Amino acid sequence: MTEGWRHTAKPFAWRRSLWIAALLTPALLVMVLFVLWPLLSAFRFAFYEFNGLRPSGFIGLENFRKVLFEKPYSDWTWNAFKHNVIAFLALMLFENGTAFLIAFALLKALPGHRIHQVIVFLPVVLSAVIVGFLWKLFLHPLFGLVNQLLGLVGIGAVPWLGNENTALGSILFANIWHWLGFPTLVLLAGMQRISKDVLEAARLDGAGDYALMTKIVWPLIAPSVTIVTILTFIGSFNWFEIPYVMAGLTGSPGGSTDVLGLYFYRTAFGSTTTGIQDFGQGSALAVLMFVFVAGITAIALRYLRRREIEQ
Amino acid sequence: MSRRRIGLALAAASFAWGCATSLAHAADISFWTWRQEDKAAYNALFADFTKANPDIHVKFESFPDENYPTIVSTALAGGKGGDVIHTHAYGWLEQFVKAGYFEPLDMATVPSLANQPADALVSGTYRADKKVYSLPFASQTLGLFINKDVFAKAGLTPPTTWDEFITVSKALKEKGIYPLANGMGTSWFNEMFVAIFTNPFLGQDFVSDLTSGKTTFKDPRYVAALGKLLELRPYMPDGFEGIDYETAGQLFLSGKAAMLAGGSFDIATYRSQNPAINMDFVAPPMAKAGDTPQATKFFDGGYAVNSKSANKEAALKLVNWMGTKEFGDKFSALLGNISPIKGVVIKDELLSHVAKLNETAMPHINVVYFRFEKPTGSELLQGDITKMMSGSITPDQLAADLTDGLAKWYKPFQGK
Repeated sequence: MTEGWRHTAKPFAWRRSLWIAALLTPALLVMVLFVLWPLLSAFRFAFYEFNGLRPSGFIGLENFRKVLFEKPYSDWTWNAFKHNVIAFLALMLFENGTAFLIAFALLKALPGHRIHQVIVFLPVVLSAVIVGFLWKLFLHPLFGLVNQLLGLVGIGAVPWLGNENTALGSILFANIWHWLGFPTLVLLAGMQRISKDVLEAARLDGAGDYALMTKIVWPLIAPSVTIVTILTFIGSFNWFEIPYVMAGLTGSPGGSTDVLGLYFYRTAFGSTTTGIQDFGQGSALAVLMFVFVAGITAIALRYLRRREIEQ
Repeated sequence: MSRRRIGLALAAASFAWGCATSLAHAADISFWTWRQEDKAAYNALFADFTKANPDIHVKFESFPDENYPTIVSTALAGGKGGDVIHTHAYGWLEQFVKAGYFEPLDMATVPSLANQPADALVSGTYRADKKVYSLPFASQTLGLFINKDVFAKAGLTPPTTWDEFITVSKALKEKGIYPLANGMGTSWFNEMFVAIFTNPFLGQDFVSDLTSGKTTFKDPRYVAALGKLLELRPYMPDGFEGIDYETAGQLFLSGKAAMLAGGSFDIATYRSQNPAINMDFVAPPMAKAGDTPQATKFFDGGYAVNSKSANKEAALKLVNWMGTKEFGDKFSALLGNISPIKGVVIKDELLSHVAKLNETAMPHINVVYFRFEKPTGSELLQGDITKMMSGSITPDQLAADLTDGLAKWYKPFQGK
């Protein structure tokens, strides 16, 4: 009996492994070709000097030293990094905070909640390019909707995207308008998974909305908060489309909207109007961005998962 | 019967093969450019070329301007790309030449190089080997567009000196007209804006001192010229910090603004957008009466041959033709650009006036001399000028940032 099992099981296991391998190979090949290979190339290029558009010699960590410690590159790197950090904090506070409140309101299934759910999610389906362009028009100093409305109450033309103090905030606002529906939906899904018995028990114990939100709902949606936090972090540090459309490749005005994505792009690929391409420094920036995002994501995931268990 | 069919099929296949072979001998070459809007004009020009060279057909392929460097460099790195590549000039070109992507042009392969003036050839020459790699296609002039109807209606005369400019601007503003349409919302144009208004205060001597290493951008002449830009702010539109170059063009074309600092490259566009516009293109205000009018000039780019082209001979033939007077005459007529080719006749009155301005024009300092290494003068200036115009840094700080940044690679500035 055992002999027979062995005879039939071995070829079966072998065939199963082959079948799994066959299924995995195409995806693996795509990953190697389009993810791993470019990543390794970027790692390699980061250690080379580029004379024109071709690598001319191995220079060790020189490109990293330049982008991190040599002026004016280091100023540009830290300036862009600072804006990514601001973007992350602002999105966590305003986008995800608002999303939490909206999700909680939607959870209560008040009349019209379904249509509100659709409205909140609607901008998410638009392309970032369209959203950027739209808000650029809305914020136009002379013809934009925002200034036209402000004009009604006597406020003159405000150059939202032309003023160093308002440009980043304006772009973040457009970004929040675009993405608000996504964390709302994720958090709402998390809230809907909470057992109704728990919520009703809390109500019977006299918990009001605030207590329900902070003491019951917030701890129980920890897995959704983890997802939203991690995606916001990755999105903030890979931010590119909306700043590119609304502020251009140079992060104007005066670099006040520059972020690492823009800085990497114009360093590596140049721009017709600013000058030349430097794949070496560009790759060094890309490697630093990758290491930072991957490293912090891994640490944050560990912490947030532990928090989920504790909750 | 079936044998007969097979025979017929074989005969047809042989005929098709013959056709294909003869077609393959005729060269199909491609022309890559960022000038999507010039497709009709280039196709008309290429039709003329094919008429004279029936065995060569040219396909026009265009790509978005903003991504053009990326697309071209990736294609050329992979041994692909157009046979003839429309290039930008100076430092932009040099990075491609260093990588060996373009074929050097000489009098043997491109005799029409002889038709180019010396300053034009510099824009397509690699500084290290002094060889020409790109045949210059157009000079661009920066100056001041004047809406003549707006001035006539306001009963004012377009200014020629700085003092007149300020007086006229005040009068226009009182009449509810924006004197100057420009804002600071377009980085690449901000750099042109600086060149337009500072060059008349700098003069050729400053350029000579700068390029010979006698001075830097910290020079009081440059700082003072930058300071003049601050005087323009009251005469720019409300919220000028956020007004982009496209909006400025619309303010000018619609008559809401009387003047626009701009480039000759937009003459054709403005005419097509508002055929009724009655405009002039003049030199920016001179520092004082009696000075030489000084517009700003640079060469925009040229035509280069892909060193990996499978049809190099045909590509060189096309580039050579693009350097002839026949091409230059039609190019200027169709595209409203000033061809640098000697002897080209510019029939358009406004364009011929621009060509006249070129005779005394100053070079666009950053584009011509400081875009060869990183950080480029353009990166540094474009980053700082909006800050200066909004008052968060002074002209002195901008001049210092520009000099110190360029000193990374421009030896004459090191230690100064």
